Amino acid sequence: MLRALLFMLSVVAIAHAELCKPDAQNAFKVRISIKRALGDNAYAWDANEEYLFKAMVAFAMRRYSSKSTTQISNVLLCNVTDRVSFWFVVTDSSKNVTTVPGSEVEAAIRMNRNRINSAFLLSDKTLQFLKITSTLSPPVEPSTPVWLIVFGVVLCLIVAGIVFLIVSGIQKHKKKNKESTERENLEEKVEVTLENGIPCEALDLKAGHINGVFAADDERFTPL
Amino acid sequence: LSATPEIPKEDGRPKWDNKFQYILSCIGFAVGLGNVWRFPYLCQIHGGGAFLIPYFIALLFEGIPLLHLELALGQCLRKGSIGAWNTISPYMGGVGVGSWMVSILVSLYYNTVLTWVMWYFINSFQEPLPWSVCPLNENRTGFNEECYESTSVNYFWYRKTLNITPDIAESGTLQWWLILCLATCWAIVYLCTIRGIETTGKAIYVTAIFPYLVLTIFLIQGLTLPGATDGLIYLFTPNLNTLKNPRVWLDAATQIFFSLSLAFGGLIAFASYNPTKNDCEKDAVTVALVNSMTSLYASIPVFSVLGFKATTAYWDCLDRNIISIINEFDLPEESIMRQNYTSWISFLNSSYPEKIAGLKLKSCDLQEFLDQSVSGTGLAFIVFTQAIILMPGSQAWAILFFIMLFSLGLSSMFGNIEGVFTPLLELRIIPKSAPKELLSGIICLISFLIALCFTLGSGSYWIDIFDRYAASVPLLVVAFFEVIGVVYIYKIKRFSKDVEWMTGRKLSLYWQITWRFISPLLLLIVFMAFVTLQMQKSPSYTAWNPKYEGFPMKEEKVYPPWVQAICVLLAALPCVCIPLVALFHLVKQKRRSKDPSFVPPEVFSCQGANS
Repeated sequence: MLRALLFMLSVVAIAHAELCKPDAQNAFKVRISIKRALGDNAYAWDANEEYLFKAMVAFAMRRYSSKSTTQISNVLLCNVTDRVSFWFVVTDSSKNVTTVPGSEVEAAIRMNRNRINSAFLLSDKTLQFLKITSTLSPPVEPSTPVWLIVFGVVLCLIVAGIVFLIVSGIQKHKKKNKESTERENLEEKVEVTLENGIPCEALDLKAGHINGVFAADDERFTPL
Repeated sequence: LSATPEIPKEDGRPKWDNKFQYILSCIGFAVGLGNVWRFPYLCQIHGGGAFLIPYFIALLFEGIPLLHLELALGQCLRKGSIGAWNTISPYMGGVGVGSWMVSILVSLYYNTVLTWVMWYFINSFQEPLPWSVCPLNENRTGFNEECYESTSVNYFWYRKTLNITPDIAESGTLQWWLILCLATCWAIVYLCTIRGIETTGKAIYVTAIFPYLVLTIFLIQGLTLPGATDGLIYLFTPNLNTLKNPRVWLDAATQIFFSLSLAFGGLIAFASYNPTKNDCEKDAVTVALVNSMTSLYASIPVFSVLGFKATTAYWDCLDRNIISIINEFDLPEESIMRQNYTSWISFLNSSYPEKIAGLKLKSCDLQEFLDQSVSGTGLAFIVFTQAIILMPGSQAWAILFFIMLFSLGLSSMFGNIEGVFTPLLELRIIPKSAPKELLSGIICLISFLIALCFTLGSGSYWIDIFDRYAASVPLLVVAFFEVIGVVYIYKIKRFSKDVEWMTGRKLSLYWQITWRFISPLLLLIVFMAFVTLQMQKSPSYTAWNPKYEGFPMKEEKVYPPWVQAICVLLAALPCVCIPLVALFHLVKQKRRSKDPSFVPPEVFSCQGANS
């Protein structure tokens, strides 16, 4: 009984070793860069993290195929290096000693990439599945491009400035014209009131002229 | 009767509000984009600090004398370039027409460069900056191919801004976003030059002083960046061996000449609005020295930023190599750092040479990154924008940088437009009753419509052509004839008396010697050397062609014959005006001399017209 059990265990171990090795069929290499992502807050990669990884992959498989047959023990990890990098396969418990096709695993991982990344506080670049390409999220674009808005503001300011300058120029021009016509009118009035070479102004202002000849003769009249 | 006010002695010519405005306008005209993106480049490729020797010699013997000549001419004759040269002698009228033409050609393409600056400016308000990320391709599996193979900065410049065609013969379509920016730029130019110096005089306070503020801010910021000192040491370390190469002297002479914006007619126009009793000698020396100091001052932040960029690129190169090695050998993270990289590489190379060779690591050399020198639009729109992405708070730096470039270019545009506007105003193209605003509006509108050609896909190739041919050889020719005309036709003795009357002191020997002999000789040598060098180089250009095998290197192509004909036309047209106008007047003179009632025009003198 014990020998049979031992035999079964060794078969399983060998089978596992056969299934999970570098470049095995349906195996994927994972590369994790914790220090790059987290710097000083980096955690160490140990057996607990490996357990979490197996759990996340199992979770991804379950969500993808919606049958709850994948167990954590179905996910095999091997060749863990200091880098941190390792290989993993997902075995199929219904069929004996076979691995789930790579395309299924890939699709499952793709679907749940975000969840897997967040579990480890990493991103697509720092938790790399080497054969699985990630769909890149498009850059956020606002409905009106920002540059159009800025352009509109700049253009409005400039047009306002031009209109203001033109209008003020026209007003100055009109004022200058009005002034020059007023001056012309004044000159005309002065010209009209010129008679006999004597400006009427001079005649109007003074009450009368004292004729010097007659004034001098005043003295001939003796006082009474 | 004394109703009418006393008629002022002035001829109703507009004048500067104060002397500072005039000096600032001249400085603004001289200090332009070339001070930022051409002078540091020349310093870099011509032996660093050693370049300053030919530069200052050229300033002393070519720059300052020619500048003084132009300012004195404008101030004395009180007319724009065409009127001034007609006054000196009708046979020299062609010189004025030539410089007027060059001003028009340069205004056209210079404002398009400002259009590009404005486009980058209005795009700097986004987060993240649009030139920092590559757009995705159609099925969202990767980045756009053209962008991925070159860089996102290159992609934004060549595709998103210029939408450049792979060949100058393919015109492509009009780029609507560039048309919008071009319209805005011409509207700004119209706003500032609407009433001639009355409005530019106010605008120049902002556009001439603001760049200095921004340069200072960049200086302080630049010096704090890592790698800045490497860049500065690299720039200023003198290598006196380069002085043996005559090319260096030629570049120094041409740089001084084009940097001071001589022979455009703009300086003559600015000086013509001065009162005649003004010390033009001091003004000339001031403007020339400020221009050169600005070039030096600008090269410090430029090279700090370039040093920072080179250092960052070097670190990136190292980091990429380190990641490949770590991934290949599954070594723990941070086992190889930049400091012990070389020791690790030598160790691994000896133990696993095939693996290392298989990684195809790029050799990272800081010197190599520093050696990548760029000038012109490449510096501003590719290299500097890349450096700005790496700085914290990139939006603010980008906005400041592009406003600075815009102010620098705008103040130079004022001079160019004034060089076009003033002669037209004097030629009475429009009736006197029509407002000045109309003439400036017409100039700006026509220029805008013609400059639409530069918004085509092949527009930037055409701007290179205009820059190389229309703004180089004709200016040298015009300047040469300017000096000859003043010294030998107007006669240096007459001119000396005029300058003495204006400045109030005798003309020193330095001016006499440089005006009579040194400057014309120097100009002749520079012109010959320049033309010879241009002829030796085959007329070729580098095109951005995504389908080229060597992409992202640019493809070297030769100009087709019809384009070469246009190049020759651009260079020859302003020059040919000089003999044509002289010939025209000769014919007129011969016909007139047969007329008995002909009275020869009286001899003009500075003092006579204004005393």
